[in-house]
Amino acid sequence: MDMTDMNSAAATSPAGRRQGEVILDLQNISLRFGGVKALTDISFNIREHEVRAIIGPNGAGKSSMLNVINGVYHPQEGRIFFRGEERKKMEPHMAALQGIARTFQNIALFKGMSVLDNIMTGRNLKMKCNLFQQALWLGPALREEIAHREKVEEIVDFLEIQHIRKTPVGALPYGLQKRVDLGRALAMEPQILLLDEPMAGMNVEEKQDMCRFILDISDQFGTTIVLIEHDMGVVMDISDRVVVLDYGKKIGDGTPDEVRNNQDVINAYLGSGH
Amino acid sequence: MAFFIETMLGGLMTGMLYSLVALGFVLIFKASGVFNFAQGAMVLVAALAMARFSEWSNAALGGDSLFLANVIGIIGAGAVMFLVAWAVERFVLRKLVNQEGATLLMVTLGIAYVLEGLGQTFFGSEIYSIDVGMPKDPVIMFEGLFEGGVLINKEDFIAAALAAVLVAGLTVFFQKTAIGRALRAVADDHQAAQSVGIPLNKTWVIVWCVAGLVALVAGIIWGSKMGVQFSLVTVALRALPVVILGGLTSVPGAIVGGLIIGVGEKLSEVYLGPFVGGGIEIWFAYVMALIVLLFRPQGLFGEKIINRV
Repeated sequence: MDMTDMNSAAATSPAGRRQGEVILDLQNISLRFGGVKALTDISFNIREHEVRAIIGPNGAGKSSMLNVINGVYHPQEGRIFFRGEERKKMEPHMAALQGIARTFQNIALFKGMSVLDNIMTGRNLKMKCNLFQQALWLGPALREEIAHREKVEEIVDFLEIQHIRKTPVGALPYGLQKRVDLGRALAMEPQILLLDEPMAGMNVEEKQDMCRFILDISDQFGTTIVLIEHDMGVVMDISDRVVVLDYGKKIGDGTPDEVRNNQDVINAYLGSGH
Repeated sequence: MAFFIETMLGGLMTGMLYSLVALGFVLIFKASGVFNFAQGAMVLVAALAMARFSEWSNAALGGDSLFLANVIGIIGAGAVMFLVAWAVERFVLRKLVNQEGATLLMVTLGIAYVLEGLGQTFFGSEIYSIDVGMPKDPVIMFEGLFEGGVLINKEDFIAAALAAVLVAGLTVFFQKTAIGRALRAVADDHQAAQSVGIPLNKTWVIVWCVAGLVALVAGIIWGSKMGVQFSLVTVALRALPVVILGGLTSVPGAIVGGLIIGVGEKLSEVYLGPFVGGGIEIWFAYVMALIVLLFRPQGLFGEKIINRV
């Protein structure tokens, strides 16, 4: 990285990506399950168009954090601002309405359905026809279905899964299932895409593919990506900014380089004494 | 030969009624992963509501218009089934998101008893009749082919046509529409369905409504044939082997399964019964189900069970 890049650091990330306004701002989030503190006083923000990673050792609270963002868990303390507006308590399905899509650590696809149908469910919210139009299979419902199907085919092409379009996802190998999971989230045309350990359990080749897709999504669609990952190496390569959690507390926040050199982070990952 | 065909048609008719009840099972299982033991009770409640509402409105109208009374009866019964669907979601399913299948099964057993009790409290526990103007007179067909021809009930034909329309409609609804896809999605994975913005609550109400509608159709056909009485709930027990045979997740499976079992029990009773002292009809369906379970646990049309290790 040369000096001109450094000077414009406010607008562009180390990875050279444009960073916009703060889209999601989390302030002093604390989450408890009974007596167990899952998250303690965590604050950080997410900027538009960036790839934001949340990392940490096992049990650090990464998934809890994601579920807070997603509206599945409701923190006892703290405030969440979405595009400057404070978010009230919400139902899990409402995150999708706000343009937040997610993938799952332990793939949660609709196993009995084909790849196409799975991705089509991502278009669900964008379909406007009502129950009766659909039940009677009227013209508008049919046209709407076709329009969305075209969009889904684009995503299928983008993720290079044309050859398995009609296969039931239950019969697919793990790496491809992960890709379908990503496709379904993409079909929602989200503003924020939450990826829960997208590389978990993958071999090197699959990991490289997934990295490429994540970067392509960021570049082509400008989608804000929040990424939870265990694998430090991967995260450092593709993220613009990294939050590090340990035992439910934030111990680091910054560019990959800053985080890499943070003594607390090194201790958490390698044990103290290093 | 004519007698064989008559027996078979009789079996097909009974089988179709099994199919209609089985369809209710399949719908709810496909869309919420719940094995709904209360389907029989829903048929009873729907039939009771239909019979009583049309009876009351017929009396109120002074017996002038049976058609109008029936329309009111159907609307009333439909409203009752909607109420059931809403209440089941609001007070039962909503509390049990992401629970084990066995838990949900037990809950539907409870729902069955509640429905049976409430249904009889509100609508009475006598035997009632439903008269939707189905032609009762038999016709004789194929006289040229067989001596004496084949005796067929017109009622059975109409009922069969009704069932066929219902099934075709439901298949399209489930396979080709966005709501159908949402229903299947919810059945597969609650959490994932929510993540794409499918509201669980609304979806469940829709599914139980559709199952209630199927129960209503089954109740009307069955009730107009044999009267509405408490024993209708045992029909659900007969539909169990049907869904096992056809596959829990398959709409066509429920139909074919019902027909196979209906025909099978009638034919075996008539032709094998005399050799073993009769009574085959009672256990035939269950033995069939057992055999299917041994060789093809997912049923004839069910989705293949894939287990990743």
